[in-house]
Amino acid sequence: MNFPILSSIILIPLLGSFFITISRSKNVMSSVYLALFTSVVNFLLCVFLWYSFDKTNSGFQFIEEQNWINGFIKFKLGIDGISILFIVLTAFITPICVISCIRSIKDRLKELLIAILILETFMIGVFCSLDLVIFYLFFEAGLIPMFLIIGVWGGSRRVYSAFKFFLYTLLGSVLMLVAIIAIYWITGTTDVTEIYKIKIPKEYQNLLWLAFFSSFAVKMPMWPVHTWLPDAHVEAPTAGSVILAAILLKMAGYGFLRFSIGMFPYGSDYFTPLIFTLSIIAIIYTSLVALMQDDMKKLIAYSSVGHMGFVTLGIFTFTQQGLEGSLFQMISHGLISAALFLCVGVLYDRMHTRKISNYGGVVNYLPKFSLLFIIFALSALGLPGTSGFIGEFLILVGAFKKSFIVAVLASIGVVLAAAYMLWLSKRVIFGDTKNAQIKLLKDINIHEGFTLILLMITTIFFGFYPEPLIETFSLSVNNLIENYQSEINTLSITSNK
Amino acid sequence: MNNINLIAPEIFLFSSISILLMVGVFKKNSYNIIFNLSLIFLVLTIFLIYYLYSNSGIFLESYIADKLSNFSKFLISVSSLFVLFTSQQFIKDKNISKFEYPIIVLLSVLGMFFMVSSNDLILFYLGLELQSLSLYILASFDKKDTKSSESGIKYFVLSALSSGLLLYGCSLLYGFTGSTNFEIIKSSLNSENVGAVFAMVFILVGLAFKISAVPFHMWTPDVYEGAPTSITNFFAIVPKIAGLVALLRFMDTPFENILNDWQLIIIFISVSSMILGAVAAIGQNNIKRLMAYSSIGHIGYILAGVATGTASGYSSAILYMTIYAIMNIGAFACIYSMRKNGEYTENISDLSGISKKRPLLAISFLIVFFSLAGIPPLGGFFAKFYVFMSVIENGMYILATIGLLTTVISAFYYLKIIKVIYFDENKLTFDNNKNLSVTSTLFLSCILLLTFFLYPSILNELVYNLFS
Repeated sequence: MNFPILSSIILIPLLGSFFITISRSKNVMSSVYLALFTSVVNFLLCVFLWYSFDKTNSGFQFIEEQNWINGFIKFKLGIDGISILFIVLTAFITPICVISCIRSIKDRLKELLIAILILETFMIGVFCSLDLVIFYLFFEAGLIPMFLIIGVWGGSRRVYSAFKFFLYTLLGSVLMLVAIIAIYWITGTTDVTEIYKIKIPKEYQNLLWLAFFSSFAVKMPMWPVHTWLPDAHVEAPTAGSVILAAILLKMAGYGFLRFSIGMFPYGSDYFTPLIFTLSIIAIIYTSLVALMQDDMKKLIAYSSVGHMGFVTLGIFTFTQQGLEGSLFQMISHGLISAALFLCVGVLYDRMHTRKISNYGGVVNYLPKFSLLFIIFALSALGLPGTSGFIGEFLILVGAFKKSFIVAVLASIGVVLAAAYMLWLSKRVIFGDTKNAQIKLLKDINIHEGFTLILLMITTIFFGFYPEPLIETFSLSVNNLIENYQSEINTLSITSNK
Repeated sequence: MNNINLIAPEIFLFSSISILLMVGVFKKNSYNIIFNLSLIFLVLTIFLIYYLYSNSGIFLESYIADKLSNFSKFLISVSSLFVLFTSQQFIKDKNISKFEYPIIVLLSVLGMFFMVSSNDLILFYLGLELQSLSLYILASFDKKDTKSSESGIKYFVLSALSSGLLLYGCSLLYGFTGSTNFEIIKSSLNSENVGAVFAMVFILVGLAFKISAVPFHMWTPDVYEGAPTSITNFFAIVPKIAGLVALLRFMDTPFENILNDWQLIIIFISVSSMILGAVAAIGQNNIKRLMAYSSIGHIGYILAGVATGTASGYSSAILYMTIYAIMNIGAFACIYSMRKNGEYTENISDLSGISKKRPLLAISFLIVFFSLAGIPPLGGFFAKFYVFMSVIENGMYILATIGLLTTVISAFYYLKIIKVIYFDENKLTFDNNKNLSVTSTLFLSCILLLTFFLYPSILNELVYNLFS
């Protein structure tokens, strides 16, 4: 195919934001329609991309290559089974964010839409790039719009949270930049596919792995560098929280798969115990912390850390089930956490408080909303029949293959997740209506209903029929594991000699 | 006749300075004519530099024209052109529109031309003094303002001291090698020659002062704050280019054989500049003082490129300097826009909430300061990227890691400005005056910084053959 579809899906949101910038219309709705149009067109293109994606090919497809810095770095894009779903997820979440802004944001809506669209460009760029420098460029560039989204449209402690978010992520990433440059001088290229072939010598792998880990661990976020996430989530506007939870966190998981495992198999193997320990701590500790939260957004943020702990656990089991489970969990968490943040946004727009103790008995006055909320809460705790179950199940299967104790400890997390989610539902949705204000609330409007029902349908659909997702990435995952195994085997043979 | 081409830009610049001086002396109220004429002469000089390129030396090899001197002259004259161009309105508002102002700027540019072309200690010192003397006058140009006079005196006293040290180093070098020519010094210099190493340290100190590297940076914040903004703009860019090129020439030619002796010193200066530039700027409330510390930090990154002692490291330092010049021209164009009822403000807190009233100015601040912080995909990132590329190529991982960690610290104070602009409530409304020169310059620099990533090899190709 000659049509540069990857560059197009990267550029279309940018183009849309440009048109919003230059449009002089006084009516804010015109920029909303423009943003919605752009993001929906982009989503349709991404669906087309998924449709025309060859699932029987484990290599990279739709490769675009262009000289960028002469004789040094190429602007190389390409996707495989691992990245395509993240691109579709990004393109799916963005229009939902745009819709969620319509009613809830009064101040500088136009600028927010511009920021969201620019952020979409960078996020899709991250998942498409096949060159380390290009990847780094997109990965870091996303900080600027997100910093502004948290800082300009955020809550009362927005400045603190925006700074914390920016500096934490930057601090992790600069070490990755050192590693990327070092890789260039070791292998002579920053092209990922070339590096896969050349293979980085064993003695460098541990340090390079750690440098990449420092960036991904902050972004993921893994315990103990997760503390920026609850702050960022609490202060960000609903759209910001949705993007943060649904997509930005997935960049790190993607990074682990594409770079850490792909390029440093030995390093990944060496540090697996570290990852397992941190993941288990994340799963159990943050679930316990989530239990005690009085702020709904904070609770969901901590649950995100726990769910991401499952993802890292699954990735580093190096089993087909574990990796597939992680990928599935990332996609499903993208949908579920987005939906939960939207639900909190619905309540917050009406009550202007996120404190759980201010709610109770919402079901009596907002029945439609309550139904949706319960469905998403159940998906988040991994009820069979929702997409949340399949991911966690596969990860646990993978973990049992690797280590019994780890799997058992991780299973405790599943129970805890059920505990805090059910308790949250009990306190917010059911019980007596203590707060008189709740009686005056109106049920969800058409915008909110549309986005939430869309997310509900996808969650339940993939819960019952995960095949389309799994068959998309299973070959690529298989390929990744085979490469990893052969690498580990050759390395251990040479070291035994 | 070909030889005259080598020095044609200097001859032309000198004659135009003389003509301007005559016009200024004999014609009353000639500021506007002289200002505009000096802009035209600078443009013509740029054309001369561009077209009369040749690669050889004259005057007993004491003056050489090569790619490096050519490129740096080009950079010096283009940035002075923009500095002058943007300052027009400011000089008038401040009532310091004396005809000497553009002439002294041109004189200092002439001195820098000699500095970057010199291949001889004496010519180098003459060029350095010509530019320094002009800079003393410029720093104290606003006579009625005590701060400006103070900064002029401060700069004069300290700079004279550093020039003295530098001269002492030159004389030692002459004494130990028997020549003032760079090439001859190079051939008769090695690490055994302890006296010459001593001389190298003195020269390094003098040059480090001129580019305001830690621990010779003390003058920078005060002079930056005291001098009129247009002069600060000049200070922040042009003498640093000349100082850096002179440093590179010293390191590349006479001191090439004693690399091991100076490398550690440069690494120390580099690291301390990066750290001080990052940490000291955090507490600043005055944007010009902040720019001073920021420039110290940037010099630290540039020196990291110099510290590698390789051609690619030197090239990356020049490349960094080029992007630094673009960013600083943009930053000062932003500072010129901080104007309320004809009065220029320098407090960062006055910027609060301008994003609502002046969205375009706010987005320019955003682009320029994120670029200064080195966040991709803006131009400033590539400057750092190339420098650390060559630093890591030479295995200096610790220097690279320290450098990149300080970028995180320095990101904090750049973010603080963005925070004031975007997150805080609106307090002041700046004048919406149509200052075409500032606006167009700001627009140009923002576009350059924004689109640099589209074709980043354009500067590479220019810069990477400067050192053979």
